[in-house]
Amino acid sequence: MSVISGPGSAAVEEVGGGFDAGFEGEGQLPPGIGPWKLAWRRLRRNRVAMFFGFVFLLVVVLCLLAPVYSQDIAHISPDYGNPTGTFTLNGKTQFVLNTVGVPIGPTWNVNHFFFGADDQGRDVAVRLLYGGRTSLMIGAVATLITMIIGTLLGIVAGFFRGWWDAILRSANDVVWTYPAVLLGITVGTVLNIHGIGPLHGTSALVPAVVIGFVYIPYVFRPVRGQVLTLRERDFIDAARQQGLSNWQIMISEILPNLSSTIVVFVPLIMANAILLEAGLTFLGAGVQPPNASWGTMISDGINNDIPTAFHNVLVPGIMLVIAVMSINIFGDGLRDALDPRSKVRVGR
Amino acid sequence: MLRFVVRRLLVMIALLIVISMFTFAMFVLLLPNGNPAALLAGRLATPAEIHLISVRYGFDKPIYIQYIDTMKNIFTGQAYSYQSSFNVLDEIRRGMPATLSLAIGAGIIWLLTSILFGTIAAVKAGKYADRVLTVLSMIGVSMPPFFFGAILIYFVAYKWNVIPIGGYVPLTQSPGGWLGHLVAPWVTLSILFIGFYSRVLRSSILDSINEDYVRTARAKGLSERQVLIRHSLRNSLIPIFSLWGLDFAQVIGGGAILTETVYNLHGVGELARDSIGRLDTITLMAIVILTGIAVVVIGAIVDVLVAYLDPRIRLA
Repeated sequence: MSVISGPGSAAVEEVGGGFDAGFEGEGQLPPGIGPWKLAWRRLRRNRVAMFFGFVFLLVVVLCLLAPVYSQDIAHISPDYGNPTGTFTLNGKTQFVLNTVGVPIGPTWNVNHFFFGADDQGRDVAVRLLYGGRTSLMIGAVATLITMIIGTLLGIVAGFFRGWWDAILRSANDVVWTYPAVLLGITVGTVLNIHGIGPLHGTSALVPAVVIGFVYIPYVFRPVRGQVLTLRERDFIDAARQQGLSNWQIMISEILPNLSSTIVVFVPLIMANAILLEAGLTFLGAGVQPPNASWGTMISDGINNDIPTAFHNVLVPGIMLVIAVMSINIFGDGLRDALDPRSKVRVGR
Repeated sequence: MLRFVVRRLLVMIALLIVISMFTFAMFVLLLPNGNPAALLAGRLATPAEIHLISVRYGFDKPIYIQYIDTMKNIFTGQAYSYQSSFNVLDEIRRGMPATLSLAIGAGIIWLLTSILFGTIAAVKAGKYADRVLTVLSMIGVSMPPFFFGAILIYFVAYKWNVIPIGGYVPLTQSPGGWLGHLVAPWVTLSILFIGFYSRVLRSSILDSINEDYVRTARAKGLSERQVLIRHSLRNSLIPIFSLWGLDFAQVIGGGAILTETVYNLHGVGELARDSIGRLDTITLMAIVILTGIAVVVIGAIVDVLVAYLDPRIRLA
């Protein structure tokens, strides 16, 4: 396996040259530092990217701890709507929704309605964490689908060319030209009504699959382009002479060289997936009630609470922006670390 | 040159046909029995009534004949939506002014602003101004447009009463109203693109700074500003224009669906969303084809422009 275009390959060549010159005639060369380690060092030096990486990790951990918060701290479940109820705060009895139906705003009290209530009397903070799990899960699953299928198809199209390439490229162009949101809504609505196997109705997997599908062209194109260049290299001929089959070549020679491209795409796709989920849900084709996600919370807030209880829009919205922004900034840092000269760009 | 353009056009027409078939197929899956007869007949319809409706609308013909008929209708302007009984093209035409105003205004704003921001960020790379602009772009790219729209509506429209809360006023009716209603949607739609484009332009300019032709220009004695504007920018702007063409075309075809919905602009985007909700195949197909045509035409114009600006591309 020869990694020619792995992360920071230019830096590796320089390091190799320096060591050679110094230890000429000395016998054994000391081990060089691998390209991945070099990239990791570069990434660590990028304080901003590391900071936002930790912010995102924090968001993930908080959302995973949603049950803890719900059961032990707030003592309220995310679906428990209590529109007519009251609770005591600092000794005073407060209404969850006041007499004209306006839900209470943020109380900044960790035990009761930290971020206030929504218009059905549910605790916004608890919902936020549970919703975060849904949104992040959808983002992760969608990214997985996009990366696996996009890479696979890209490699097949670029390596075999001919008929495969023509068919895959045409399919790719069809999906690519269709406006992303419209495609998402159409396929989402179809799956919501008809479903295929486990994907149907209100399952949160439906938007995940839809979003994953929509973003495949963004990965397919660059991967295919890179495979087209790679297959002309000598080491592919060498591998063939060694008797490797086509599939073996693709997996053991081409795939490792795509690794830095692939790694760079993951945060980009995930950020866009979370954003698209919010958009699709706002239009009614994404996560269906009563499932909570940041998208449903923002759309409920926009549709019901704009004049009176704007915190229902602000809180999930800011959370979503923080999460997506952290992924984006970390992804940028990752790209800079893996290849400081890279020109990889992906649409929104 | 001509062969280049013609070849692109033919490919795109083939693409449009496939897209329309895809949309049609999606709705065949969506509707029970593949046609809206059951929906049209109402809740208490008997199978006999459903059958009558099927025959009347031609649903009992084979699928490919239905598809061809639908396409013919769309292109001759005779397509009538089953659900709303309106002429589909008229509906689209009604939504066009709002969408066009939004698209063209936002398009110009985001193009000029991203060029400005991208250039400043590139010139002051690494310094304070660059960092600020990068942070702003990051926020812009990470914010869902309807969230930003909601914020604008709440603060600027509702609390401070500076602009109206939504809806669209045609230009012919009141230029002031038209402008007032469109400022917030323009800003909302542009934020996302500005964030993305300014970063693309910034790296494009920074890439070109190291090229030989820039060194030559400096060696010839041109000032930094002249080098930037007359040499660097001309090359760096090329990817921006291609991207702009594609995005602008998509917005025209209803890609700004989120912004239009939040601000109640009753444009093509909202029409698209409504038609999906109603399972209105024909309207959606017409809109998708419209977007496709817009993408083709504008994309072709932009490609020709770009090929004109950069002779290297013509040979590719």
